[in-house]
Amino acid sequence: MCGIVGLFLKDKSLEPELGTMLTDMLITMTDRGPDSAGIAIYSEDSEANGKLTIQSDAADEAFSGLSEKLATAIGSPVTLRRKDTHAVLEMPAEKVSEARAALREIDSSIRVMSTGDILEIYKEVGLPKDVAARFEVAQMGGSHGIGHTRMATESAVTTMGAHPFNTGADQCLVHNGSLSNHNSLRRKLRREGVHIETENDSEVAAAYLTWKMQNGATLGEALESSLDDLDGFFTFVVGTKDGFGVVRDPIACKPAVMAETDQYVAFGSEYRALVNLPGIEDARVWEPEPATVYFWNH
Amino acid sequence: MQTFDLEAEGLRALNSALHAQASTTNQTVWDVVNPKGSHAIAVGLDAPIEVNVKGSTGYYCAGMNKQATVHVHGSAGPGVAENMMSGTVVIEGDASQYAGATGHGGTLIIKGNASSRCGISMKGIDIVVHGNVGHMSAFMAQSGNLVVCGDAGDALGDSIYEARLFVRGSVKSLGADCIEKEMRPEHLEILADLLERGGCDAKPEEFKRYGSARTLYNFNIDNAY
Repeated sequence: MCGIVGLFLKDKSLEPELGTMLTDMLITMTDRGPDSAGIAIYSEDSEANGKLTIQSDAADEAFSGLSEKLATAIGSPVTLRRKDTHAVLEMPAEKVSEARAALREIDSSIRVMSTGDILEIYKEVGLPKDVAARFEVAQMGGSHGIGHTRMATESAVTTMGAHPFNTGADQCLVHNGSLSNHNSLRRKLRREGVHIETENDSEVAAAYLTWKMQNGATLGEALESSLDDLDGFFTFVVGTKDGFGVVRDPIACKPAVMAETDQYVAFGSEYRALVNLPGIEDARVWEPEPATVYFWNH
Repeated sequence: MQTFDLEAEGLRALNSALHAQASTTNQTVWDVVNPKGSHAIAVGLDAPIEVNVKGSTGYYCAGMNKQATVHVHGSAGPGVAENMMSGTVVIEGDASQYAGATGHGGTLIIKGNASSRCGISMKGIDIVVHGNVGHMSAFMAQSGNLVVCGDAGDALGDSIYEARLFVRGSVKSLGADCIEKEMRPEHLEILADLLERGGCDAKPEEFKRYGSARTLYNFNIDNAY
């Protein structure tokens, strides 16, 4: 099953409320995915720094002294902002890939959840309300964000099997559905040198988009080609630095409802997720068409 | 008139109250407020009552309906009026996928658009859609009528048996074994009645009729057991 929520704000005055609204939407989708939950949030709160969101199952030990070690390794100041099992490392944008490589040397148990200038991804196993509370999602502001509640079908219930998946700098993907050709596609992508960590089908979709974009496709083109190359059921919502996109497979079994007002564009797996948004009574509400790529940008 | 606040009192209490109505009830009109996209509203009714849902609904609203009139003043989620036996269901807004699926009887009126698989496996229900229907509508339709005042999506009437499909606008593509058929006087008469019941001001002459070519495997008597 799985639940997806997304919110793209047009009205800047709502930005401080983004986390609160997304949390409410996410918890409403608990019935669709009680295994794990995750959120990708786009927030320009820092001074155009590079961000790495990291996770560790032994966070106390792993994050202790990490910013100093990393600063020494890359020769730039690094700040660390911890949230439960996650932490956001901020550094000059041009140092992000160097820092990612250095992290592997410093502590190989640390997992990178996201990279980018403004994207942060938080995800864990557990009920959506508990996951949202652990990361204090309701306190976060931002311009747009995507959330996911997972009911696992294709792989184990683990942190790394939870969504969203980071597909490139400031890009992420969430998925509702199941892919049937993920094993063969994973083998193909691994032969191409793409790093895939889990046996999860959605991670393959994320890796596929990343690979397409590394080979020159735009995100829109990569999503278009996913309609040919991915076999199975999917509703994807992708986050980008300045907006978000939606695509459904041609059969479109997996539900999707969109709502748009002058203040926002919102996505929900069900209308229920949208009912507490301001002005929803007068919003334009519709279902995205099958096999059609939609985008909203700032 | 009874007013029921779904948010305050909950779904189980609503459906229990509606199920408790006998055919001779005096509580004939029920308003349901604060539906907020909830699932399974007014499911399994079996009394000649009128239920007005003041907002949009989630999955399976008015499923398995018998006798009752359920009027949704908003849009309906997936599977509205699924397996309806009799009565009337009216959706003021749009309906999500598989509206009226497997319905045996009664009338489903959708004043907006219906999405994919509208009337899938319909078995006698009449469905009138004021707007468009999505892909794979009337898939394996067995009996009843589907009226579409707008356009139909891909693969209309795929593997259809004996249902009648009337479409005023364009049909993106016809499914396997579905063909356009002659509109004879008796069809115009049936359609006029459906349009009137559905509250459409369209003229029967503006529609085309589609149905089964009866060429698939199961129509060949030599394949019978």
